[in-house]
Amino acid sequence: MIVRISGEDQYRLDESLQARLNELDAAVVNAVDAGDEAAFKSSFAQLLDYVRSNGSVVGDEEIETSDLILPPDDITLAEAAAEFTGEGLIPD
Amino acid sequence: MAGLTGRMSTVVKAKVSKLLDRAEDPAETLDYSYQKQVEQLQNVKKGIADVVTAKKRLQLQETSLQQQVVKLDTQARQAVSAGKEDLARTALERKNIAQTELQGLDTQVTELETQQEKLTESEQKLRAKIEAFRTKKEVIKAQYSAAEAQVKISEAATGVGEQMADVGLAMQRAVDKTENMKARADAVQELEAAGTFDDITALGPGEDDIDKQLKELSSKSAVDDDLEKMKAEIGAPAAGAGELGAGDTAQGAGDSAQGATSEEPSA
Repeated sequence: MIVRISGEDQYRLDESLQARLNELDAAVVNAVDAGDEAAFKSSFAQLLDYVRSNGSVVGDEEIETSDLILPPDDITLAEAAAEFTGEGLIPD
Repeated sequence: MAGLTGRMSTVVKAKVSKLLDRAEDPAETLDYSYQKQVEQLQNVKKGIADVVTAKKRLQLQETSLQQQVVKLDTQARQAVSAGKEDLARTALERKNIAQTELQGLDTQVTELETQQEKLTESEQKLRAKIEAFRTKKEVIKAQYSAAEAQVKISEAATGVGEQMADVGLAMQRAVDKTENMKARADAVQELEAAGTFDDITALGPGEDDIDKQLKELSSKSAVDDDLEKMKAEIGAPAAGAGELGAGDTAQGAGDSAQGATSEEPSA
């Protein structure tokens, strides 16, 4: 499984980690729904750290399409919330 | 995954397919993709240049504000020693505003530096991917049948397309931030134009009574200073003047002659 952290790198992760990734992602979504800035920051950092520490960086010379794409690490709660409404970081 | 990652992935994929669906024929896809990639690389370079320009502008403002802070501080001290507390207060108030603006500018220069670094890194990554794509393009053309090539090309183009979309996002964020900084730089410029940080003794359209008073005061004290200096120079060796006087008006100036004689033994 290839996971991209936007503005950073692509990481190669074992498929078996998907369940944990889902949990971490759900925690981020809950924090965004609650509008809880502190919870958002910590849960999002946890999600990114999980990818970084469990994955291996895909080399620049390799061309891979990501299965998952995570927002950049400096995303704000407001930006994350906008992401769900479809007016996200990248306009459609 | 329907969360944040899911949403982000969907949006990027939509962006990538939009980027690629113009060409149907594999050979066309290759050339079209490559052309788009090179364009994107140029866009990133331009984006970096814009960030650098914005940063330089803020840095120039910083330098100018730093000079104002030093100047206003000096003026405040002058006003204090002249016993003009109200003038000192005015100078210190302006100094405070300038310092607050300086802090704001400093934060933003740092932010732009971060953006510059990120974009430079993105540019390098994209360049590496494009180079890999260029190599792969030739391999695909040479080694695969038309049907296989189509799949391989599509994969490679999508992979690089994702990188391009990612760089596009980084650029968009940098542009947004740079726009905010421009607004800030404009605001500081407006304050400067309004004379907020001006030398409070400076003559100008915004000059008020306090400015005039301080200007008078400082020029007055400059005259006083000069006078004091002159007094010190001329006053101490009073004999010097006396000797001259003695030569020129030997008969008329008894005081000078007396001064000269009284100095002579010690000299």
